[in-house]
Formats: sequence, structure tokens, C-alpha cells
Amino acid sequence: MRLPNMFAIIAVVITGGILLYGVSDFPSFGDPKSPANAAVPGSESVSQYFITKSYKDTKVPNLVTSVLADYRGYDTMFETVVIFAAGMAIFAILGSVGGGSQPRVQEEGPSFVDGDHSRIIVGTTCRLLVPVIQVFALYVIGHGHYSPGGGFQGGVILAASFIIIALSSDLDAALRRLSEVNYLRLACVGILIYAGFGVLCQVLESNFLDYGVLQPILLTDGPEMARSHSMLGVEIGVAFTVTAIMFAIYANLSSRGTLRDGL
Amino acid sequence: MAEFFEQTLQPHFNFWIYVILMMIGLWALIAKNNLIKKLIGMSIFQTAIILFYVSLGVKEDATIPILDPYGQAEHAAAEAEGAETEGEKKRDSYIGKKSPDPDTMANPLPHVLMLTAIVVGVATLGVALSIAQMIFKEFGSLEEDEILEIVKGGSVDD
Repeated sequence: MRLPNMFAIIAVVITGGILLYGVSDFPSFGDPKSPANAAVPGSESVSQYFITKSYKDTKVPNLVTSVLADYRGYDTMFETVVIFAAGMAIFAILGSVGGGSQPRVQEEGPSFVDGDHSRIIVGTTCRLLVPVIQVFALYVIGHGHYSPGGGFQGGVILAASFIIIALSSDLDAALRRLSEVNYLRLACVGILIYAGFGVLCQVLESNFLDYGVLQPILLTDGPEMARSHSMLGVEIGVAFTVTAIMFAIYANLSSRGTLRDGL
Repeated sequence: MAEFFEQTLQPHFNFWIYVILMMIGLWALIAKNNLIKKLIGMSIFQTAIILFYVSLGVKEDATIPILDPYGQAEHAAAEAEGAETEGEKKRDSYIGKKSPDPDTMANPLPHVLMLTAIVVGVATLGVALSIAQMIFKEFGSLEEDEILEIVKGGSVDD
């Protein structure tokens, strides 16, 4: 056995042993009165507040969405910025920005039906699946208040539909539908939508991302519904950025930064 | 042995599984020679932590943290049993006249935090894979010892 592996075994065994020893003090699985789920007697914990009060505050039944986009709106905004920064880092590392300077010949690729017979089954199946996936992605984004879902999840599903196009024919076919310039624009627009909601609240003399003051603009029944609709708005912004960057990561990694040929 | 199983292992079996998963990831990060295998180890490590946090929010017999604002499910169930008032009562509790009991719903906070962690995981994995790709382009290898040999030998062209 090589020497580094001995060190690895020692490190893993010691760390694991300490963790397993510490685990015995943890609350048991599914305990509703554990410190994470319930506060000390006499006061209300944060999570209990979210469960009991967040529907009154925001009129959003999906508590995860209301915590994500309203109570922790700052966190989610910079989360979107993290995704954006990761996409920019991949461009910087693989060097695709400006890499497509030579004009690419935009010939029509072989159609699934009469050209490339080796892909007729895969191509036809994907052509039928892609619209269904995209409609489901839009449902997940738009219905994120009322059912499991939201901007991050729906954005990833939407990006998956473009990746399926790239997998079933080639990367050019996907880039014809969502080109490099367009997905970079989409990523920026997503963040601008999110930050725009925050700045709009500041313009109306409230705190950043305090959606309640948007009531006169959104023409809602009350500040709670304004919060609900603003959450849909920022989720759409998140979905734009996530869609664009997920597809950008795939397109750059599969073509080694050249955005040509793909896998 | 039976005592150990009932008092230590059984109430904390979830934590034991996460610690074991985490150590598999840590082992891969330290001992594996291939950079892609190290990244797989990093992902296993992240997954273990995500599972750990989500399991902290689990409550026994609790449902998902999504309210039923019009109480449709309870209403339909109560109507089927002919107990109209029970369904009305539950529906009222959700519309906001009464707050839902926190013990009947899973803790939403770990779910939100782990949504964040998953996003960071995807971002780090994407950047790491692109760096691995550039390393392969530069050195023609993803094996750590071969890369180290090339770096120490100074036989890189540029």
C-alpha cells in the first residue's frame, strides 16, 4: 500500500470516529421537538414562525418558496449571482468568449427524417419530448408558489430540454435555438429582473426587496398579494439565469470551450 | 449488542449513514489519484451534508411544507365520510383564521438552505470540471502523480 493511502485511512478513520461519537448526542430521527424544529419552551423558533405566520404575511402556500424569495430574498439573489459567476468563470477558463470570431458556416444540419438515418429513433423521440419538457418547466416555474417547484428547479428542467436537443443531434442544433449571445443576454436579464425588483422597492422608499410597497404598481388586493406576485417575478428572473448558465456549462464543457461539434 | 443497536444505532441511523457517506467522499478526495474521481468524491461529500440537513427538518407523521390554502384535500376527505363540519374546521384553519400546527409540517428552513447548497454544488462542480478539462489540455493527463511529475520535471513546452 502506498504511503499517502495510509495517511488517508488514518485521516478518514479518525474523522469518522469523532463524527460518529458526536452523533450520539443528536436528537433522534423525526423528533418534532428537536432544537432544529422547535425552540426552547416559551418562545417561537424561526421555522415555527415560518409555518404559522408566513401564509398571513405573503399568501404563498408553498412555505419553501416564501422563505426562499421573501424572507431570505438577499440570499437567493446572491445565489443567482453565484450561478452567474460560475458561468462567467467557465467562460474565462475555457476561453470561449470571443472564441467564435471566425464566422461559422450556418449550414442546415441533416434533418432527422431524411438525412441522418442513424439517429432517426433518437431524433424523433427527442423532437416529441422537448415541447413536453419545456411546458412542464414553465409549469414548475409559474406554479412554484402552490406546488413543489420554483425558479431554480424549473430553470434546470428548461435547460435540460436544450441539452437534449444538443445530445440528440449536435451542439449546433441547440445553439441555433439558443445562441451564445442570447444565453449570455438571458443570464444578465435574469439577474437584472431580480435586482430590479429590489431597486424598485427602494425607489418607492422602502427597503431593498421589500415587495410590499409594490402594491400600487402590481394593482393587487393588498401588500400580501404584492409580495406573492413579486415572488413570481423574481422566480422568473432566477429561472432565466439558471437556464442560460446550465446550458452554457454544458455547451462549453462538451465542446472544450469551442462551442463546436459537442459530444 | 442489542442494547447498542436499540439505544445508539436505531435513533440515529440517518446520521450514521451520512457519516459513512461523508467518509467515502473524504476518502476519494484524499486518496484517489484521478482528478475526476476526486470531484466525484467531492459530490458525494456534498450530498451527505445535504441529506444530513434535510433529515434534521423531518418530523414524524408530518407532511410537506406546502399549505392547502383552500383545504381541498381535507374537505373532500371529510365530505366523503359525511363529516362536513370537520372539513370546514380544517379549511378555516388554513385560510388564516387559525394557524397550522407547526408539528404537522416538515421544517421548511433546511429545505431552503439546501436548495442554496445544491446550487453552490452545481456551480463548484461546473468550474472544477472546466479546470480539469484545461489541465487535461495542458498536461495530457488527469492522473495526479503524472501531472506532478511533469510539473517537477519542467518538461512542459511553454
